[in-house]
Amino acid sequence: MSEVVKNRPRYGVMRLIDATGYRLPLAGIVSILHRISGMLMFLLLPFILFLLDKSVTSEVSFAELQALTSGVFVKLVILALVWAFLHHFCAGVRHLIMDLHYGLDKHTARKSAVGVLTVSLVLSALVALKLFGVF
Amino acid sequence: MANNNIGPKRLVVGAHYGLRDWLAQRVTAIVMAVYTVLLLVLFLAGSNFTYEGWAGVFAHQWFKLATFSVVICLLYHAWVGMRDVWMDYVTHSVVARMVFQVATILWLVASAGYAAQILWRV
Repeated sequence: MSEVVKNRPRYGVMRLIDATGYRLPLAGIVSILHRISGMLMFLLLPFILFLLDKSVTSEVSFAELQALTSGVFVKLVILALVWAFLHHFCAGVRHLIMDLHYGLDKHTARKSAVGVLTVSLVLSALVALKLFGVF
Repeated sequence: MANNNIGPKRLVVGAHYGLRDWLAQRVTAIVMAVYTVLLLVLFLAGSNFTYEGWAGVFAHQWFKLATFSVVICLLYHAWVGMRDVWMDYVTHSVVARMVFQVATILWLVASAGYAAQILWRV
């Protein structure tokens, strides 16, 4: 390959750092959070399975799980996972509806993005209150 | 040799690139969403939030099989999603992207194995 071809700027190939330069609309925020929440659940999948393992294996492991999850750090990790699931679920449903060509115009898309953020954050807040023993 | 793969007759969808995965990601999403609702209903229907109540849900063979099917759906769904992430962000080295992709597959297959072990131990 000639030097000219090699040094040609690679248009359309963006680096992760470039992504921080954009001001996203609400639908864009929902979209990137969909990706981040998915990656978070992918990375913590063995931890989620570990929790399931402890919860179903025996009464002893169930008690161990209760002790383990009484720690603040573990509670925060679980809360992050709960938010990730709720956001991914709601944004995914929005995605599926849009795949059927509903709500594609700018105004409706913005409203559904607000809906996704509202529902996932309110439900996460309720889980947080429950986790930290407010009710 | 003449290159006929140019112009309006260029073959761009020879192996159905993308469509199958696009569809699979959505189908698996629906399966997982239905399972989530089912699990919530079963959990909330049992009035006792104890070990017996919770482990009882996973005691039935049909529920183990349903859960395992959902794990396989999750494996494929997460594979498509993570592959998209690597394709979008790891753009400067084909080798690096392949390492991430292989690591993703191993991570998911190992997780599915762990899930099977948990399910049939109850």
